[in-house]
Amino acid sequence: MATQRIVIDPITRIEGHLRIELETDGGMIGNAWACTTQFRGIEKILQGRDPRDAWAFVQRICGVCTAVHAMASVRAVEDALKYPVPRAAELIRALMMEMGTIQDHVIHFYHLHAMDWVDVLSALKADPVQTARLAGSLSDWPTNSVTHFSAVRKKLQESVAGGQFSIFSNGYWGHPEYKLPPEANLMAVAHYLEALEWQRDVIRLQTVFGGKNPHPNFLVGGMACSINMDNQMTINQVSLAQLEGMIQRARDFVEKVYYPDMMVIASFYKEYADIGLSTPNLMAVGEAGYSCAGAPAGQLKAGIVTDSDITNMSPFDLRKIAEFITSSWYAYPDGDNAGHHPWQGVTTPRYTGPTPPYRYLSDDNKYTWCKAPRYDGKPLQVGPNARLLVAYAQGHTDTVKLLDDSLRQLGMKPSQLNSTLGRTLGRSLETLLIARRMTETFKTLVEGIKQRDVSTFNSELWDPDSWPKSAQGVGFVEDARGTLSHWVQIENRKIVRYECVVPSTWNSSGRDSQGQMGPYEHALAGNGRHPLFDSKRPLEVLRTIHSFDPCQSCAVHLTDLRGTPVGEVIAR
Amino acid sequence: MLGSPFDLWKDDESCGEYLTRQGVSRRQFLSLCGRVAAVLGCGGLILGNQTEALAKEIADKLSGARRPVVVWLQLQECTGCMESALRSGDRTLESLILSMISLEYNELLMAPSGEQAEAALGKAIEQPHLLVVNGSIPLRDKGVYCVIGGETAESLLRRAAKNASAVLAVGACAHYGCIQAAHPDPTGAVGVADIIKDRQVVNLPGCPPIGEVITATLLYYLVYGHMPQVDYDGRPLFAYGQRIHDKCPRRAHYDAGQFVVSFDDDNARKGYCLYKMGCKGPATFAPCPVIEWNLGCSFPIKAGHPCLGCTERNFFDQMTPFYKRLPGLDVPGVGVELTANRIGGAAVGASLAGVAVHSAATVLRKHQSRKEEPETLPLAALGEAEITGQDNDTAKQDNKTTKSKW
Repeated sequence: MATQRIVIDPITRIEGHLRIELETDGGMIGNAWACTTQFRGIEKILQGRDPRDAWAFVQRICGVCTAVHAMASVRAVEDALKYPVPRAAELIRALMMEMGTIQDHVIHFYHLHAMDWVDVLSALKADPVQTARLAGSLSDWPTNSVTHFSAVRKKLQESVAGGQFSIFSNGYWGHPEYKLPPEANLMAVAHYLEALEWQRDVIRLQTVFGGKNPHPNFLVGGMACSINMDNQMTINQVSLAQLEGMIQRARDFVEKVYYPDMMVIASFYKEYADIGLSTPNLMAVGEAGYSCAGAPAGQLKAGIVTDSDITNMSPFDLRKIAEFITSSWYAYPDGDNAGHHPWQGVTTPRYTGPTPPYRYLSDDNKYTWCKAPRYDGKPLQVGPNARLLVAYAQGHTDTVKLLDDSLRQLGMKPSQLNSTLGRTLGRSLETLLIARRMTETFKTLVEGIKQRDVSTFNSELWDPDSWPKSAQGVGFVEDARGTLSHWVQIENRKIVRYECVVPSTWNSSGRDSQGQMGPYEHALAGNGRHPLFDSKRPLEVLRTIHSFDPCQSCAVHLTDLRGTPVGEVIAR
Repeated sequence: MLGSPFDLWKDDESCGEYLTRQGVSRRQFLSLCGRVAAVLGCGGLILGNQTEALAKEIADKLSGARRPVVVWLQLQECTGCMESALRSGDRTLESLILSMISLEYNELLMAPSGEQAEAALGKAIEQPHLLVVNGSIPLRDKGVYCVIGGETAESLLRRAAKNASAVLAVGACAHYGCIQAAHPDPTGAVGVADIIKDRQVVNLPGCPPIGEVITATLLYYLVYGHMPQVDYDGRPLFAYGQRIHDKCPRRAHYDAGQFVVSFDDDNARKGYCLYKMGCKGPATFAPCPVIEWNLGCSFPIKAGHPCLGCTERNFFDQMTPFYKRLPGLDVPGVGVELTANRIGGAAVGASLAGVAVHSAATVLRKHQSRKEEPETLPLAALGEAEITGQDNDTAKQDNKTTKSKW
């Protein structure tokens, strides 16, 4: 069978704009190109701004992983200014990161990824009694009832009656690759709807501290929400009670709905533990939700697991990061094959692709707006699976216990976390770990308040006159999608250089100067064994791409220094 | 078999709902459709249970087919607006999607990708539909900075708008370009109304807008059949008609001259006014203090952080540095500042009354200027600068983007 060229654009149910170009032969993918087709130039816009404002600008990189860019930015500025932050503010930030990651993971699973595994229309055929029996065998979640599942089925029936399918129009329903019985499909559809209700409740933790979500407020030097148990307008007992409720409800849903659903769904798709094997080196600088200014130094050591082998971990060295533009629409003064460390980052956009509308991008060496970060010259996967493996390699008790237990039930090995199913499963495992940890973070905050440890802001270095003439800093966050770092250079109280190295940049990057594929590409075309049976309905590809939880607005950014012209275009 | 001839089929009602209201049973309806099917099938091409199947299909289509088609584009943006819509309570986005509208195209939520997604779009935009847009349109360099399905954002927007019965620009990006359009505007980002000029574009500014504002605007359109009343900049009055400052729970402290002067100082712990910390509430028209965020949980000022002014045009340029107080009010010896300081120090009753009067006058003046001189906006509230007679960089008008649309 001849090689077939396939374009999937837009990839939906992701953040941002992603295009996948493929070559297939006999139902298997032979080659793949990940093309990010949006560019916004936010880092260029930061030049000359007040570093204390930067968080609000970079937060707008993404509204899905909202808060994490703000966090990384505040950390980077604090690192540059050697700005100590009060303990209560640190705990508040930790809670915001933890809840943000939990909510993000749940939304990703149910609303962006589930339709790759769940045949929504098959749910119409489900028996609500059997569905309740199935769900009841998994947990005592209160809406696992016949009444509830009947109501959901009815709602779905009414919704698609008359041939208007709304968001379900043209889905790949009935595709032979859907393996769940109708009852499991109905259960998942019910939880899809419940997760929507749930997320808008629990994310209010960020609203209590940051005033809104998406895009809550942060502050260099601490947090702006004062704690005063005897005032109406501050964090007080009413707020603490609200927070406690949200944290409990977040945990309940993860323990009783998300994790059990994931385990059931995974058990029907075990072959995907051997599909989508990607770049074998994985990186994490701490647990999910972890953030730091400067070099990572938490409970867990930052590290790189090589060859998906948990006995083979090396320490993280931030000097080994470099970004390549071999396949991206940028120009480096020292040529297309050079790599630049974030401190020496240069970005001059130079579009050389075809003028839209176009058919193919992969005819050229350059085909994406996404740069290619490499560590020690090698591509890396970042994300939940990387964090779990790095924690597992260090013998982190909670991680080891949960991972061993869950993987045993599914008959998987830890190294299989590097697979389509592994990435998706890993996300739910770590959500469970964070949900449990968040209860402890909150207890620590309340204990501190009892001891009158209520300061949320350090005013010492707020005044720019107290800053050094020039400074540089880096902030790290382990956000939902992986290791995020922001790099800032400040001169005369203004930003002169700003660089973000983002999880989706690591994962969705194209080829580098050595011709090494980025992790998305590798997962699809690394070994010639990734299936794609029906090019019109590329369900298998969506499973693998979504398993990374792509966030393309994050992936593409632009640093521009000292007035390099923006937007040199050579369109053909 | 129908009821009163005066009880007409309402605009917002499906055929099925109307017939049910008229006392027509599903069985009667099916029988009617069966006769229609038989007519369609005359010539013997459709027989027996095939006729029955066709009857059922016609019945299904007729009874449910009137949910308005919605196409919801996401162009150059961060998905924060879609996330915000998903945070709306009560009439949630999913309740709309499952029962009131047929959301035929939205990249974040829709099931299919690639060809099937494009096919869904192609079909939807042939019919009359409501077009909702998140995100800006980068025009520089032939639009290469945002390309979807091989097509530029501009081309996609124009195509989708062609048969749209109404256009709703959700979020600051769709309004005027927001972060992308901030200086030096690397990609030449513009808003929806800069491209779609032959009809009304309703703008829901904010970075992002409050979820309830998004769903309420959709509901308004679905229920009343037309878009809500808007101001000079296409912003619905029900949401953007009043200033944050005028509805702020910290307002009494402003009037009393009680200000936070450093984050988490004693005054912050007492819930005083954030004006001196750079709050842009006095210059911002938005419903944050009234509706509040995330199911009425809180809003930025309530949570202790100054307002960034994110519903106003070009706030990343006009409202920055974010922690610098609004100009015009901060000159010693003039206006509120002096009065406020004096009160802060001495708490004299007479001065208090003076500030209150001043504030009321400010509001009045503001609203007059809004009504009468729309071309002086977007930062109408910065008219306060005129009151104190100060020059005001922030109020500089950008003629390209602030011209009145109707």
